[in-house]
Amino acid sequence: MKAEAGGRPRPAWDPRRLLSGVRGNLELWANLIILTWAVAFAVWQGTGFAIGLGTVFAIWGILSVSLNLVVGYTGLLSVGHIGFFGIGAYAVAVLTSTQDYELLRTGAVPTYEWPFFAALVVGVGLAGLAALVVGVVFNRFRDDIFVLVSFGFAIIAFNSFLNLRGVTRGAFGIHEVARPQIGPWVFDEEFDFLVLALVCLLLVSLVSWLIVTSSFGRVLTTIREDERTAEVFGYRVTHYKLAVWVISAMMAALAGGLFGSWTRFVDPNSFILLESILLVCIVILGGLASIWGSLLGALAFVLLEEGLRFLPFVPDVHVGQARQMTLGLMLVLLMLFRPQGLLGRYKL
Amino acid sequence: MSESTGARRDEYALETRGVTKRFGGVTAVDELSISIPRTGMTAIIGPNGSGKSTLINLLSGMLPLDGGAIVVDGVGLRMIRAHEIPGLGITRTFQDVRLFDQISVWDNIMVVLTERRLLPALLQRTLARHRERTRAILESVGMWEKRDSLAMDLSYGQRKLLEMGRALAMDVHTYLFDEPFAGLFPQMLERVKTLLRRMREDGRAIIFVSHNMDLVRELADHLIVLDSGQLLVEGDVEEVLSRPEVIEAYLGV
Repeated sequence: MKAEAGGRPRPAWDPRRLLSGVRGNLELWANLIILTWAVAFAVWQGTGFAIGLGTVFAIWGILSVSLNLVVGYTGLLSVGHIGFFGIGAYAVAVLTSTQDYELLRTGAVPTYEWPFFAALVVGVGLAGLAALVVGVVFNRFRDDIFVLVSFGFAIIAFNSFLNLRGVTRGAFGIHEVARPQIGPWVFDEEFDFLVLALVCLLLVSLVSWLIVTSSFGRVLTTIREDERTAEVFGYRVTHYKLAVWVISAMMAALAGGLFGSWTRFVDPNSFILLESILLVCIVILGGLASIWGSLLGALAFVLLEEGLRFLPFVPDVHVGQARQMTLGLMLVLLMLFRPQGLLGRYKL
Repeated sequence: MSESTGARRDEYALETRGVTKRFGGVTAVDELSISIPRTGMTAIIGPNGSGKSTLINLLSGMLPLDGGAIVVDGVGLRMIRAHEIPGLGITRTFQDVRLFDQISVWDNIMVVLTERRLLPALLQRTLARHRERTRAILESVGMWEKRDSLAMDLSYGQRKLLEMGRALAMDVHTYLFDEPFAGLFPQMLERVKTLLRRMREDGRAIIFVSHNMDLVRELADHLIVLDSGQLLVEGDVEEVLSRPEVIEAYLGV
C-alpha cells in the first residue's frame, strides 16, 4: 500500500509548497508575534490602555470563537452573526433602562430597570429563540445561498434595531446602560469589568472546546464535509445544525450584553453588516475550525486598530478604514497562500 | 415474485414493489419489483442509464420514491429517509466515493460508531470501545498507518477502501455497494474481494453494482439485470447470463 502513499506532487514554484516547508513554524510565529505584540503594547501604553484593550478583545473573542463553531466546524458561512450580538446588547440596554434618564426626553418609552444579569439571561435566551426560528428556515439552505440568507438576516436585524423605535429608541440609541452588579458589588471599575469579560470569554472557549471535542463536534465536521452522506450514517443533520446555530447565537448575545454594558450606550450603528463581515474575516484569518486560532485572530484584530493608530502616516480619523483595508489585504493574501488561516484545520 | 407478506419475511433482506422514480420526463426506475435474498451476494448489472445507481439511492433513502414501496424485513415502506437507514439495517458506499474529506482517516471511521442522538452526543467523549473498533476496521482495510492523514490526501484506491471500511464499521445486515471494484489496482481489488467474501461468510446481504462481468460471475450468487429502469431478468447468475435476452440487451453479443 505504501507505493501509492502521498498526494499529487506540486511544482517547486507553487507557493503552497514553499510555505509547507515552514508550516509548523508559521503557527509558532503567528502565536509568538501576536502575543508579544499584545504584551509589548500593554507594557508600553500602561495599565489603563491594557484594560481597555483586554475588554474589547474579550468581546471580539467571544464573537469569533462562537462564530467559528458555525463557520469553521459546521461549514455554514454565516455573515449574520452580528444580529445575535445586537439582540443581546439591546436586550440588556432595554431591560436595564431607567426612568430618570428617559424622563429627560419627550415621548414615553417603557423602562424596566432590571439588574444587568437578569437582563443578560433574558437577552441570551431571546437570541437563542430568534436563532431557533431563523435556523428552522435557514436549514433549507447551504453553501452560497446560506451566505445570502444570513446576509438578509443581518440586514433585517439592523433595520429592526433602527425602526422599532418604541423599544430601541431607533437611531437615538439607549444611554446609561446598567453596569453588572452582584449584590453590593458593582462592576463599575474598568478592571472589574475586564475580569468579568475575560471570565465570560474563558467560559465560552471552554464550552466550545467541550463541544468540538465531543462526538457531537465530530459530527459537525462531517456535516461540513458532506451533509447528505452524514445523513446516510444515521445523523439527523438538520437537528445538529440547528443546535450548534442556537448555541453559537446565544454566545454572541452574551458578548452583546457585555458590549452594551461596557460602552453604556447602544445604537444601531454598532450592528451594521460590515462588523459581521469583519468578524468572518477574523475567524478565517485566525483559522477555521480552531478555537485558539479565533482567539488569536480576535487579538490581532484588536491590536491592529490600536497599532495603526501609532503609525505617523495614518491620520487618527482614518484608523478605522486603515484597519479594514489591512484586514482585507491580509485576507486576500491568506486566501492565496494559506486558505485555512493562520492556525486553521479546514479550507473553505 | 411472491406476493406474500409476513409469512416469508426471513427470505429476503430487501424487496421493492412497483418502485418508480422519475426525473422530469424521464422515468429512471419504472414499476420495479425485485427481491434481494437474505444472505449472499446479489449483483445488479445493466447498461449505463438503466437505473442501477438510482435504485441504490432509492434503497438508501437518498431519493424519495415516486411510487411503490420498499419492503425491509417484511415491512413495507412508502418513504425511507436517509438518516433512518442504519436503523433498518442498511448502509452503502457511493459510486463517486464520498468520504469526509477534510477530517482524518481515523475520524472518518469514528464518526459512524459514536452516539447518534443529539444530547448524548454532546456529552460523549471518545470511548475505548470505539477506539478499538476503529483500529480493527482500519487494520482490516489496511489503512492503520494512514490514520492521521486527511481523507482527501489518500489515493483513489485507498479512498475506496476507507469508504468500504466505513460501511463495515456500521455492522448492519444489508450492504449496498455502488461500483466497489471500479478503478482498483489488482492488489486492492483482491483486498476488496476478500472483504466481501468474509461478509458473505458472516451471513450478510451484499448488493453490488458492477460492470465487470468476470467479477460478477466470480462473486455473485444472485443476479438482477436492469434495462431502462425495468427488470429484465433476475435469478441464479449462470442461468441468467445464459439467457438470450440478457446476452442481447446487456452483453451486446
